[in-house]
This record gives sequence, structure tokens and C-alpha cells, in this order.
Amino acid sequence: MVSKLQTPLTVSAYKSEVHNDWCPGCGDFGILQAVQQSCAELALPPGETMVFAGIGCSGKVFNYMATHGVHTLHGRVLPFAVGAKLANPDLEVVAVGGDGDGYGIGAGHFVHAGRRNVDMAYIVMTNEVYGLTKGQASPTLGRGQQTKSLPLPNTNDAIQPLALALSSGYTWIGRSYAFDGKHLKEMIKKAIEHKGMALLDVLQPCPTFNDLHTAEWFNKKVKGEGTTMLPRIFNANEAGHDGAVKDPTNHDEVADKQKKAFELAHYHGDRIPVGVFYEIKLPTYVERMQAQAPMLIKYSPARVPYEDASHLPTTDLSKSYEEFMF
Amino acid sequence: MKVVNEVNWMIGGPQGTGVDSSANLFSQACATAGLWIFGKREYHSNIKGKHSYFQVRVSDKPIHSHVDEVHILATFEDSTARLHAHEVVKGGALIYDPTKITLDDLNLKSGVITLPIDFNSVIRHVAEVTGMEYGTLSLMKNTIAVAASMALLRMDMAHIEATLARIYTGRKAKLVAPNVAATKKAYEAVDALPDEMHDQFPYHLEPKQNTPKRLLINGAQANSLGKLKAGCRYQTYYPISPATDESNYLESHPEYGIAVVQCEDEIAAIDMALGAATTGVRASTATSGPGFCLMSEGLGWGGMNEVPIVLFDYQRGGPSTGLPTRHEQGDLMFAAFGGHGEYPRLVMSPATINDHFHLAFESFNYADRFQTPVIVLNDKFLTHSLETIPPFNEANLIIDRGRLATPQELEAAMADGKGFPRFRPDAKTVVSARPYPGQEGSPYWMTGDEHDDYGHITEKPETRKKMHEKRMSKYRLMLEQIPEEKQFSLNGDPDADLTLICWGTTFGVLEDALPILKEKGINANFLHYRMLHPFPIASEKILKKAKKLVMVESNWGTQMGHLIRMATGIFIPTQVVKYTGRPMSLNEIIDSVEKIVKKQVPPEVDPLTGQSIEKVVLTYGL
Repeated sequence: MVSKLQTPLTVSAYKSEVHNDWCPGCGDFGILQAVQQSCAELALPPGETMVFAGIGCSGKVFNYMATHGVHTLHGRVLPFAVGAKLANPDLEVVAVGGDGDGYGIGAGHFVHAGRRNVDMAYIVMTNEVYGLTKGQASPTLGRGQQTKSLPLPNTNDAIQPLALALSSGYTWIGRSYAFDGKHLKEMIKKAIEHKGMALLDVLQPCPTFNDLHTAEWFNKKVKGEGTTMLPRIFNANEAGHDGAVKDPTNHDEVADKQKKAFELAHYHGDRIPVGVFYEIKLPTYVERMQAQAPMLIKYSPARVPYEDASHLPTTDLSKSYEEFMF
Repeated sequence: MKVVNEVNWMIGGPQGTGVDSSANLFSQACATAGLWIFGKREYHSNIKGKHSYFQVRVSDKPIHSHVDEVHILATFEDSTARLHAHEVVKGGALIYDPTKITLDDLNLKSGVITLPIDFNSVIRHVAEVTGMEYGTLSLMKNTIAVAASMALLRMDMAHIEATLARIYTGRKAKLVAPNVAATKKAYEAVDALPDEMHDQFPYHLEPKQNTPKRLLINGAQANSLGKLKAGCRYQTYYPISPATDESNYLESHPEYGIAVVQCEDEIAAIDMALGAATTGVRASTATSGPGFCLMSEGLGWGGMNEVPIVLFDYQRGGPSTGLPTRHEQGDLMFAAFGGHGEYPRLVMSPATINDHFHLAFESFNYADRFQTPVIVLNDKFLTHSLETIPPFNEANLIIDRGRLATPQELEAAMADGKGFPRFRPDAKTVVSARPYPGQEGSPYWMTGDEHDDYGHITEKPETRKKMHEKRMSKYRLMLEQIPEEKQFSLNGDPDADLTLICWGTTFGVLEDALPILKEKGINANFLHYRMLHPFPIASEKILKKAKKLVMVESNWGTQMGHLIRMATGIFIPTQVVKYTGRPMSLNEIIDSVEKIVKKQVPPEVDPLTGQSIEKVVLTYGL
């Protein structure tokens, strides 16, 4: 069980002293701030919290947190984070990374993390470009779109990460926007609190390389139903979408919620829905391991005793030796 | 002339027809009788149908190698008889099914005794006496072949019966009766042979009394037990031959509380193990060449972040998918140098099946002590070879977790408020104090980028220099702190005329070769490297003192030879190599050493170095 601080700390207790070198106006600032606020409000003990990050601008989040911060390899944030969480489920493990990192080079890991339903949150900072390498197209940029540093319009179609997460078995799927601090913080808290694998896709501008989808573009009012002009980003849950499965054993309900979440992920038109798309309670990977290895109910793998005070190994192999003894 | 308790038995057949089961039955029956065995398994990368075979060599003293000449070839279909009949020695025996093959089609030596057994008629008999369905008994051919062999060897049937009762327990216990019935029928068939035929067959097995308790075990199993004893409780893997057996074994023993995670690929496998290791668990992964290649990225991260991690590479024939189920010692250079940039890694390789247990145990201590990746080079040969060995000696095993953060250090970090100085070089140990997440005062940062004492990214030249030197100096620590006897060993007469040099699992065949060479008037010893990288420079004195050096390696280019030359400047032009994917047999070693001593090896130019070498290339084995 992840423990909570009895006396919560202030947000500044989760901020490291490291100088932040993101470009001014970067969406990453909003996300970092919301992660730190969420940690404070959830009273997470910094020594028992591990923030894993991928590679790229987003990857630097690890260094700005005053928790354990782990900067992994490009696309590999999930295997690292999953490894830590399974080895010691008492730790709060949060993974963050960019859309190129998670949906591009890390796509294989992204899919298989869903199958395992490890109890952790994965926050993906989606800005449609590879910023740190100077603005190449990421897997979420649409076909035919040409951001500032692309020599030619993008030839690939975009993937739809929320639909991919749904197909892969993520048990909590949501979207938010980097500069809607209030909504973002609540969504991060929900993703962390969800018992299972949560994907929170966070849309964000890249002020340096994405000149198509800027903060201004996100804030623009667009044509809604009829001729009314409405904010581009809208809260789908407030608009009536309820993605939470009440009874995971009810096949019809699950199918219905999945269908609605899939449709919402592929929402047509100029408007962009945010909110909780889908949510279901299923056994976590740790619970599945514990069912097969009851020893892991008593101890996490990191805490199984195997030496005594004088460092003699205590694992008794005599039962196993019998298998081979003649 | 009677030959007691020295026999090489072979069984073969299409994969999926129970060749392994029969070899297990034969081996266990011998072990039950107090005899010593060494069994070697050869098989294709295929599930059903292709040819596989298993050789079991039996002796009344411990043995560690296989030989090529066959004393009994047990077959129950045509392909094995066709492929292996020529290997049966004069005076040996062939067990065959006359309904499947005619002897004229076989390339048999003269003087080989042939024992026809109509396997189907034995099975029909068993179906009759037990009332079982004929169709369900087809795998019983194996038992019949083993029983006929044992009958020919004049071994008491009781050893097979006891073994069958040991193998078939629980739900399978009902299989004991039909197997015993089949055994009896096979014994009857052999007993019915004319006396003179029995007299012609010299090979006999006799139970050996007072043999101490032994394990009958293969390399993968011994390795797994060493890991469990060391406290390894987190194992990741992606299915790959021949490494999977280890993970499979570990996963079948949840009672030890080990988490075994099958990953989506080897990239995830190494990274997940690294992520786990950061929490303090003793973590490892097991793979083979192709997977090992995918792991080089993660290993570099482990080196940069000083994460204790152990990678078990079960070497197989390469490059690329190569020979997926065959033996090679081809990954040494890659293990020592693979990856971009520079980071310290310890590469070791077990000598014997017993040593699989001990090195697997030690490797976790080394990973913790040096806080860097340890690569253990196992291989297909001993992974799947069966041997009777004395029980593992657990007397001197000690867990060493290395330089862990002390309560005082954690308190100081808390008071300081800057995080834990995880990478600050320790004045005494060089290796830094390591806290675990979960400890108060533990937070620090990890990154594959160059970093300062706390793990914050930096590109400052002076910090880079300090940190890079700290990491690379671990090579010095390894050489200083790993006891010499764990690095290498000189076996046999220290003043021998000839010094054979090997590493890893080639130990056994050279150990068995020394006394035979001595009988032939060749006074040889052998230098075995267990630690491969960094190079055990203390062995230089042996190399310099030796009268003549011969490299013996299961690869094309003598990779260890190159490492020796790199560290000492000593070039070893005389080489015995094998790269057919089959391990070196005892008789191959004897023959090649004789050739070298008699100066029958012509010089040739080594295409890699352009230098003149004398190279014996071994090729035996299907």
C-alpha cells in the first residue's frame, strides 16, 4: 500500500532547485506545476514517490521534482516505471513523457503496459512535434500538416492514442489541456488515484516548433452546433459523457462504454473533448502476481527476506534439491 | 573383455517423440544405481519432426564431458538409425525396429550387435495386459528403448522400476504400471537373445554401492538455484532459446516469492529489471544473443546510473538468429565491449554445472559491490547438459549488498535538503552510498545524461571527468577485490609442457582430457578463465611461464585470445576452435592436442590479423 503523509507538504516541497530550461510559453510548465500540486494535495511522501520520465523536453520533468526522479531512455519510460512498481508496490510511481517518446519509439511498451494493468499513472505530453531535436513530426501530427520546421507536409497519419489505450487494456483513460490548470490537476489526481494503469494524454502547445496548434489556437472559439461559437476545448464529462464502468462483469455495459469512449476519442469537428473517457476496475498486475505467488502478499519482491543479520543467505532450497537428489 | 561402467549411450528421434524423456529415464536409472553420468542434448530449432538426439555417458567416477563413439544406439524409427549407425563402435549395439528399417540400409561397422525390437508389438502387449488404449501408449517406445538398453547392459530392472515410480507421481502415477509392463517385455526380448550374443557385448553397468548423495541437474537449473539463493526476486525475460529454461524454472517456483515477468521484448526486459533494481530488489534478466543485442542500450544506462543488475546471456550460435539451439562461445567480445561510449561491466562465465550455481550466486554480490552491470556468459551446451554432481556447497556463501546508505547519511541528506548525494565518490570505497526509495531522506535523481553527485544533469567538463573516472575506476576495484581463485585457475601440473587456455564451459572437457593426455605421454595443464573482462592480469605470470600456449575456444577467432593479447601483448597463434554449433568432445580435444604436439598442423594466415597461425578446426557432431 502506498502511504500518505499525515501532514501534507506544500507544493514547493515537490520542487527541486534545478534551473528549468524549457522555452518560455511551453506547455510543459503547466503540466509540471499540476503534477507538483497533485503530489501535495495527495500528500505523497517524496521519499516514497518515483517520477519516471522519458527522453525529450518532457523528460526533464524528472529533474524538477523533489521526489525520486528517474530520467530513463527514449521510449522506455514505461518498462522502467513498471519494473519499480512491481518490485515495490508500496511506492507511488508516476511516468511522464512526450508523445514521440510514448506513442512513437515507445509504442510497443505503451501497448503492453495496458495489458498488465499496473497500478500507476502515465502522463503523456502531446505537442505533435519532437521539440528537443528541433521540431520533427511526432506520431500525433495529422497527415498533410506542416509545422514550422518540416521541409514538407507530414506524410503519415496521426495515431489516436486514447483509442489505442482502449484497445490495449488501459483501465483509466483521460485527456486534459496543459493550460487549464484546474482541470489538469484534478485529472492527474484521478489518474494517480485510479487503481490500475491510467493514461492521461495532455494536449500542449510547443511555442517554438508547433506554429499550427498554438495556445491561441487552443483558446479560440470555434463553430459548435448551428452557428454558435463555442470554446474549442470542452469538458466531455460535463457535456454528459460518463465513461466509468459500474459493473466490470457486465459485458454489455463494458462494450457500450468502450464504444462511447472510442467514438469520443475520434470526435469529429473543430472541438476537442477533454475529461475521463473510460474507467473500469480490474485486477492489477500485482494482484494477479499475488494470486499466483502468495508469498508476494506478505512481502513485495523488494522486501522478501533472504539474508540474516550476519549476511548468511536464508533461502532454504532443500525442497528444490529433493527434485534433483539421487 | 568386459567393460564395466564405461558406456556412451545414445537415443534419437524426431522432436516431440520423447527423446528427452527417455534420456531422463536412462540418466535417472543410472543415478539411482549410484553411477555418474554426463548427458548432452542436441536438437533443432523446431517443435515437431526434426531430428534430435541425446547422448548419456556413464562412468563409475565423476565425468564432465561427452565422447563421440557410441556403445549403444537406441532407435525406434528409421532416421536416427540412418544418421548415427556409423558412430556405433565395433562390439557396440544397435537397437532398432525391424518393421521400420532394414539393416542393409545402414552404414554399420562390422562387429556391431543388432537387436531388433518390434516396438508396436510390445505396445500391443502392454495394452492387452493393462487394458489401456493402444493409441495412448505410443510414447512408451522410449521406455522400451531404455529398457532394452539396460537389459543389454545387464543392469537390474529394479533401477528402471524405481525411476518410473519417481517420475510418474500424482495424476501421472497410473502410467507406472504400463511402463513397468513394457520394461518387463523389453527385458524378456533381450534375455531371449542367444548367450553368445550377450557374451560378445562387453559393456556392462553395475550398481555402485556407497555413492554419496548427488544432484542430477542441468546448467539452467543450477543457475536458477544460485539466483534464488542469492536473493534474486525479480526476473524479466522475453522468450528465446536457449535462455527460456531458466525463467521457466524460476516461474515454476512461486514459493520463493520471485516475480517473473514476461516482457514484450528484450528492451523492456532489461529496462524493467533496471527499474526494479532501483528499488533495491536483486534483479536480473536472462536472454540469448539476439536479445542481448537489444539490451545494450539498457545496459549502458545501468552503467551510467551505477545500477546493480545481472544479465545472464545464454550464448548460442550467431550472428543474427544463427543457430538458435546450438552451442557457441561467440558473445565474449560483445559482452566486453558492446554498446556506445564507455562504462564498466564485469563479464564472467561459469566453468561447470556446479559453478553455474556458485557464479549465479556471486554475480549478485559483484553487481552490488561494484554497482554496475554484471554479464554472465552461460551457453547452450551446459544449459541443457545433464550431470551428476555433488550437492552445492553452501558453507561459504555470504550476501554482500555493497555500499548502502547508512542511517547517518540519510539523516544528513534530509537535513541538507538538497537530495541524497547518490553519485558522490566515496573517499574509501570509490563506489557511492546507495539509498532505496522508501527510505526517508532517500530522494535522488537518475539520468542517462552525465550528472553530478545528486544525479542532476550537467555538461560541465570537470564534472564529466570526475564522474567518468569514478565509474571506469571500478575496473580496478574488480581486479583488486575479486579473489584470484575466482578469476582464473591453473589446472594440472604447473610445470607442464603444454598449457591449454579456455574459458567458461570448456573447463569440463579439458579437465577430463588431462589424465588421458598424460597416459599418451603428453604433459599438459590448462588455464581456465572464469572472469573475462576486465582481464585478470594476475594470470600474466602463468602465460609468461608456460612453455607452449594453445587457445581452446568454441568460436572462430579465439575471442579470449584477443583479450589476452590486448592486455598482455601475448599473441597465441596455436588454436583449437569449433564453430559448428556443437560442443567439443573429449576425443576431439585429445586428437587435436596430439596433432599439435606432433606438429601436424600446417600454418595459415589469419584473415583478421594477417598473422601466421596454426589452427585446428573441430567439426565432429550432427
